[in-house]
Amino acid sequence: MAGFDNEKRTGPMGLYLRPTELSSAIAELAARPRTIVAGGTDFYPARVGRTIDVDILDITAIAALRGIRDEGDHFRIGATTSWSEILTAPLPPCFDALKLAAREVGGQQIQNAGTICGNLCNASPAADGVPPLLALGAAVEVQGTAGPRTMPLDAFILGPRRVRRAVDELVTAVLVPKPAARNAGHFLKLGARRYLVISIVMAAACLEADAAGVVTRARVAIGACSPVAQRLEALEEALLGKDIGGGLGSVVTPDHFVHLTPIDDVRATRAYRLEAAATVVSRLLDEVAGRL
Amino acid sequence: MNDIPTLPGTLLTLNGREVRVTAPGITRLADVLRDELGLTGTKIGCNAGDCGACTVLVDNRQVCACLTPVGQVAGREVTTVEGLAEQPVFAKLQAAFHRHLATQCGICTPGMLMAAADLLARDSTPDQSSVEDALGGVLCRCTGYQNIVAAVMDASRDVEAPAAPEAGQALGARALKVDGPERLNGRARFGADGIPPDASWLRVIRSPHARARFRIGDLEPLRRAHPGLELVLTAADVPKNGYGIYPDIKDQPVLAQSVVRFRGEAVLALVGPRAVVERIAEDDIPVRYELESPVIGTEAAMQAGASLVQSDKPGNFLVQGRVSTGDVAAALADCTAVAHGTFDTAFVEHAYIEPEAGYARRVDDRIEIFATTQTPYMDRDEVASILRIDPTQVRIVPTACGGGFGGKLDLSVQPLIALAAWKTGRTVACVYSRPESMMASTKRHPAHIEARFGADAKGKLQAAVVDAIFNTGAYASWGPTVANRVPVHAMGPYYVPNVATLGRAYLTNEPVAGAFRGFGVPQAAIAHETMMDDLAERLGMDRLVIRRRNALRVGNVTATGQKLEASCGLVACIDALAKKWKAALDAATEFNATATRTRRGVGIGCMWYGIGNTALSNPSAMRVGLGRDGVVTFYNGCADIGQGTTTTMLQVVADAVGLPMSAFRYVMGDTDLTLDAGKSSASRQAFVSGKASELAGRDLRANILALVGATEPAKLSLEGWRLRVTDEQGDHVVDLTTLDPNSHGDVVEGTGRFDPPTTPLDENGQGTPYATYAFAAQMAEVEVDLELGTTKVLRVIAAHDVGRALNPQQVEGQIHGGIAQGLGLALMEEYLAGKTENLHDYLIPTVGDMPEIETILIEDREPLGPGGAKGVGEPALIPTPPAILGAIRHATGVRITAVPVLPHRLRAAIAAKPTKV
Repeated sequence: MAGFDNEKRTGPMGLYLRPTELSSAIAELAARPRTIVAGGTDFYPARVGRTIDVDILDITAIAALRGIRDEGDHFRIGATTSWSEILTAPLPPCFDALKLAAREVGGQQIQNAGTICGNLCNASPAADGVPPLLALGAAVEVQGTAGPRTMPLDAFILGPRRVRRAVDELVTAVLVPKPAARNAGHFLKLGARRYLVISIVMAAACLEADAAGVVTRARVAIGACSPVAQRLEALEEALLGKDIGGGLGSVVTPDHFVHLTPIDDVRATRAYRLEAAATVVSRLLDEVAGRL
Repeated sequence: MNDIPTLPGTLLTLNGREVRVTAPGITRLADVLRDELGLTGTKIGCNAGDCGACTVLVDNRQVCACLTPVGQVAGREVTTVEGLAEQPVFAKLQAAFHRHLATQCGICTPGMLMAAADLLARDSTPDQSSVEDALGGVLCRCTGYQNIVAAVMDASRDVEAPAAPEAGQALGARALKVDGPERLNGRARFGADGIPPDASWLRVIRSPHARARFRIGDLEPLRRAHPGLELVLTAADVPKNGYGIYPDIKDQPVLAQSVVRFRGEAVLALVGPRAVVERIAEDDIPVRYELESPVIGTEAAMQAGASLVQSDKPGNFLVQGRVSTGDVAAALADCTAVAHGTFDTAFVEHAYIEPEAGYARRVDDRIEIFATTQTPYMDRDEVASILRIDPTQVRIVPTACGGGFGGKLDLSVQPLIALAAWKTGRTVACVYSRPESMMASTKRHPAHIEARFGADAKGKLQAAVVDAIFNTGAYASWGPTVANRVPVHAMGPYYVPNVATLGRAYLTNEPVAGAFRGFGVPQAAIAHETMMDDLAERLGMDRLVIRRRNALRVGNVTATGQKLEASCGLVACIDALAKKWKAALDAATEFNATATRTRRGVGIGCMWYGIGNTALSNPSAMRVGLGRDGVVTFYNGCADIGQGTTTTMLQVVADAVGLPMSAFRYVMGDTDLTLDAGKSSASRQAFVSGKASELAGRDLRANILALVGATEPAKLSLEGWRLRVTDEQGDHVVDLTTLDPNSHGDVVEGTGRFDPPTTPLDENGQGTPYATYAFAAQMAEVEVDLELGTTKVLRVIAAHDVGRALNPQQVEGQIHGGIAQGLGLALMEEYLAGKTENLHDYLIPTVGDMPEIETILIEDREPLGPGGAKGVGEPALIPTPPAILGAIRHATGVRITAVPVLPHRLRAAIAAKPTKV
């Protein structure tokens, strides 16, 4: 097939395609399944010491998939937008949650290469991008030959390493609704070292308030405490109508975390994760209240 | 549709020049740089984005070359370490790295430089936190990061490199690392860097099971399916299928024979073109395992009726060592205060950033091995034993070594590549992947230590009883060394009249535990220092004061009956901390008075460490020769694993000869050219090889004076090929080209040999196990988050009695790195087979985890050492964990008995014991 950069089969490796047009990519996916590669930051680590023999669709040359656009009532973050690009983009304060998470995705090497939708599609229980995007109320846009469809992020991620994307579809963007005028966001990550660490627990919150300083919308999400990051809906409800003046951390109670199912692993115990989740979220909310 | 057809391959701009590469687009950029373009300055440490060693710039931003499909750099600018020097701003960065000793082994250096270059291009005078953010993705295991951060912050300054020391002034000078520049421009060749392109590749197939019987089925189908396969090696192919550190314990097979005893044990090896051996799926290899229940942990290994790891080791017992003096029971009965505790430590991974790698070639009836190692001569003799050939038929040429810390004392790739090259006559290479390195290599011994210490009312120690049980894994390796060294050290660096210490090693179906910076003493130090804190608490004494009161001094007799004749600087170390200790205690009290979620604490750790092998001969021999060209060649047998012996030994030898360092060239560790300097371990090189270097230098000088008939005092100088010796009679000038060279091409030679005076230990551990001891005291200040159980180490002050610092900058670098590894041991490092076989589940400290470090060098000269030097490599690490644990205890009231103190463990302990603060 003409029109693709660098397609050849050499030795044990599979075919490598790097189209510049979205339509080409979708057509190619419709023709046969391929492993989609963007930043490569999850693709290669899963293949240490192994020959790469799968057919690849590299989507990083598709300009339409990259960058952040204001689309009226929402922001559109292209699938291959890197964490570094998110970090430097002018966005409302509630996106601080996402920007702070962006600073915690690996080292700067990873932030320069890793993409926002790659993080979602990899669907790790400890994906740094998921809690902030849940807190931002994000939706995922997926595109196949039948055209685009969108779904809330929590409907997109089904479980560890499982997402609602057909083999002939491509995730094209994350759509984030614009917040009310007075908004703030924050993200906290707990790990056993400063950089390059997989979270023990992480949490993100995006809050909106009215002119009087009363919480009008609250979204709080927690990661690494369940197979998929979760919103804390009971807590969100409890936050509504609260005055931000006295800080919001005290609103948190253990009941808000009962639906979580953390595991024991090399990083921490289940019991610790549950307790730390409440501590982290309480601190997170105090910080957000201060920023509102 | 406007996609444009292009030529095959990828066109990019590399270090300012356009290049087209042909590898498929999904090939890792790191592989293309190294294999297709020959730019091996970009290092591969993990292939998973966990270590950052492969960091390069793409369009001026740092990325991991191991995670970048080469197809993605089409039309873009790639900059690697080889291209840095061409840009003046980055040449200054390299100079700053050199000046600050920001490179030790050098394997992370290219990655560090590239990450720093990204930052400096945008911000020429960055602050510390920007530097840490920029370097946060690159792991370093040697330096403790402090000098790297300082170099980046200093990179914009135009500073003249300090002048090289003059003749006779080198020993003790802050001489710059003589092999530094090649580590800063990508030219240094590490184990995986110099492999000839036509080399066959060897891939090891390893057991995924901790314990199993296995059978290798018919290999013919495999050979037929992969016609390129040149050789399949199994146990039957190994002439002597057993090796080990001790001459009488060759218990580890090169390839397992019908039984595997740990996960990661080598079962079979495939040899052939790289693409062929890498493509073979594990499932296609006919190895059938019958699983057996593994013996995990020493408690299980010691149980009556436990299944045996090695059939000829009843009770899974490997070896024990003990030291006994006085009457501990009677002494304890009379003590005012008695402390008791049990302590547990984990398997710890060396995590050098360079995985094991090298190649071998057969030259007639000899085999030559170019590999990363810390012990060339032991490798030589062991490979000869395995191949059943004479040691003189083996030549070991050490490559640059990207970190060792004890882990590259045991054989890795050497026996298999040697065997394959021997059998096929081809050049054969092997490079471990990171998971393979972690599975196959040795670890620090987990310890279970019970201690009981007693003191009188004044805090004077009266008795120390220690029983240390070590998990040595599936094979002996250095288990006997640990079991013998620990009893000598387990009472701590204190005078104790009544001592009963025991070190025991047991076999399990776990990773082979070997040598790791300190040979069990770091584990024991956690126990003895907690005992000291306990006694201080019981007696209401200050923790520093009780240590000073008991510190070993000149004239004391140790528990082995050795009278310390000189160089006991522990009191000086403690005194150097005393004011800072008091100030830190006051600062913590003040902080805690108003703190809410966090508490600060201060702790202290002391140590002593016998330099060299325990009660065993461990000689070093050195040679130095004056060539016909008027250059002196230093045949330095020390494997420089980053600790800097290429520089420090040269400083010693240069002064002994009486010529400036610039008059020398050097050979590092080639067994055909150098004498046997022994292994780079046991903190012995500065003391033992340093002395041998001094003697060799003096010998050369004496031979030169004899040659020209001169007498001391004399002054030597080299002017081209003319040697001038000036003494009281005047000038003696020799044209070196008129002299007959020896087999090395030298016209005058000097040799030196030193074996530290020790004696064997008797059945009560009595004797002189070491000729000299290093001492140290470190204090740590921490801040603990009480609600989350996280610990931030704020500052470490390290006072070390090194006898004499051959090179203070190098000594400081060793201390920084030791503190980093000690911090890791205390707070985060725990190797779990099958669970943490990579550098994102196994955590080592990053640049952001390091405390501020202050070093204080105490130079209580050792009369036997070169210029008075002892050693510092292992001592640097040993006091750090107890200092940190003591600080956590001070902050929280929690007495730590197991490491690492992961947040969930500390939080559980805090919750179980409400703090008094």
